[in-house]
Amino acid sequence: MAVTTEAELEELATKASWYDKLKVFMRQQPLGAIGGGIVLLMVLMALFADFLAPYDPELNAFEFMLVAPSWEFILGTDQFGRDLLSRIVYGARTALFVGFTSAFIGSFIGLVLGVGSAYFGGKIDLIFQRVMDIFMAFPLIIMALAVVAIFGTGIQNVIIAITIPFIPRCARVVRSTALSIREIPYIDAARALGYSHIRIILRHMVPNVMAPFLIMITAFVGQAILLEASLSYLGLGVQEPTPAWGLMLQGGAEEYAESAPWVAVWPGVAISLAVFGFNLFGDAIRDVLDPRLRSQ
Amino acid sequence: MFQYIFKRLLLMIPTLIGAAILIFFVLRLIPGDVCELRLAGSGLYADPEQIKLCRDNLGLNDPILVQFWDFIFGFLTFDMGESMWTGRAITYEIGLRFQLSLQVAVMATLVAIFIAIPLGTISAVKQNTWIDYFVRAFSIAGIAMPSFWLGIIIILGLLISTQAMFGEPWMPPIQYVSPFEDLWANLSQLIWPAVATGYRYSAVATRMTRSALLEVLREDYIRTARAKGLVEKLIINRHALKNSLLPVVTVIGIEFAFLMGGLVVTEQVFNLNGLGKLFVESVLNQDFTLTQALVMVVVTVFVFTNFLVDICYAWLDPRIRYA
Repeated sequence: MAVTTEAELEELATKASWYDKLKVFMRQQPLGAIGGGIVLLMVLMALFADFLAPYDPELNAFEFMLVAPSWEFILGTDQFGRDLLSRIVYGARTALFVGFTSAFIGSFIGLVLGVGSAYFGGKIDLIFQRVMDIFMAFPLIIMALAVVAIFGTGIQNVIIAITIPFIPRCARVVRSTALSIREIPYIDAARALGYSHIRIILRHMVPNVMAPFLIMITAFVGQAILLEASLSYLGLGVQEPTPAWGLMLQGGAEEYAESAPWVAVWPGVAISLAVFGFNLFGDAIRDVLDPRLRSQ
Repeated sequence: MFQYIFKRLLLMIPTLIGAAILIFFVLRLIPGDVCELRLAGSGLYADPEQIKLCRDNLGLNDPILVQFWDFIFGFLTFDMGESMWTGRAITYEIGLRFQLSLQVAVMATLVAIFIAIPLGTISAVKQNTWIDYFVRAFSIAGIAMPSFWLGIIIILGLLISTQAMFGEPWMPPIQYVSPFEDLWANLSQLIWPAVATGYRYSAVATRMTRSALLEVLREDYIRTARAKGLVEKLIINRHALKNSLLPVVTVIGIEFAFLMGGLVVTEQVFNLNGLGKLFVESVLNQDFTLTQALVMVVVTVFVFTNFLVDICYAWLDPRIRYA
């Protein structure tokens, strides 16, 4: 990968047009650019699903059960005669909706808690850290499954189940950055001016921890998509007939693996590609925003 | 050193108690309970008397603190009560499946190590060549691919390739055989889920090996080794790799959590009757006692693994202890 030269940095700083920035980004982060392209493609697919999908994704057509890929059904059909391509296109909507919503809510709550904990410090911070430790003792999917056990299945509950384990993970990273910001005199100055705690947290501290926050969000979206797919695959996530990639693999993908491999292959390709894209893009964002983390 | 171990051990206690409180009380928030589900689940009218009897039997009518005490005390004495669904002792249910899950976990860890260390090393030595790019893409793909899908693809690949080679499709056996009875049959069943989980598990470790090795390769003593004319292979194997494995060990330990999560889904794909499958069933059946017991088992294993990793780290790198 090309090393950032002084000249390129200068170029970036002086010419601030987004087109030039994009060009520099693509030159320095070719893998990140590919990831960004995949992400963009997924977003477009989700937004324009109504125009892109050739058929209704929930329409059962028993005369077309398990049809092999052909011109009529480009990726074939499943055991209920539903068009796989249409279900994958609409599945992008489900995946991105769950992914973005839970990543944003989870990291936002984590952001506020993390910064708050660092700001108040002392006993509050100590207790908060212990509570976060407890939450972190649950592996991601175990926690998500426990939440599903409480709230039940369905898309809304899946979002809750994925959001909750993200909160402590984001809070911890944000807190460590916020701790160093708290020591900078301008926070004391803000206190001296009589600003309220909430104002200082939101207006003075939060903007300064944006870099780790954005890095967490991009990492979370990919993880959330994967987690949603896993939960749906286990029958504990999004429920039929909503098109969701994980769910498409649950309904007999193994049973028909031999006679109709396309049922098992395409949804997995979609999941992998989406997560792959978000991970590459997230890595590139991290490199650009926070060079100190590059070695990790 | 002993003081450090003792301190770290004490720190585990509040975490575990907190986790127990969390899981216990939160599971009580669920509307409806196993008795309603079991008696009225089939859509038939459920006799309130019967529901009350069922709750009495399961101890659901006891004061909540008594139930909590039973839960903690039971966990400490390895008597976690009975499954609300099957009625069998939870210790028995877990014991039945523990061996299988443990074996897959250990095998997956080995698979991960065998993938991660050689690939990470090659990637670092050949930094910024197409080999490096390929290895990095391979490991990112490992994180991106859901392990259950990889499992399905492995099964599919086995079916197709055996069909092509031997004329009839072959599937890994479904029935679990203990490795002490028939090692070959056991391995032919469990190697596939181990590969499916291990590949994903290896991804983070590969990247860690690469970056740790890159850092060590910039050290002065490596330059000295090169200056005295040592063969590159010896420099990498004897001098660089050994010193870069420390963070890799940590990552492999920490990633154990992913492994346990991965098992939940892989066991489903390969239809293995392990702890992961039991966990999913307990959630589907709203079997609280079983769910909370399994969550506690996983959390304990996880917290304990982290503890071991910390101890290993302190043992390998004495600077940590004074930090």
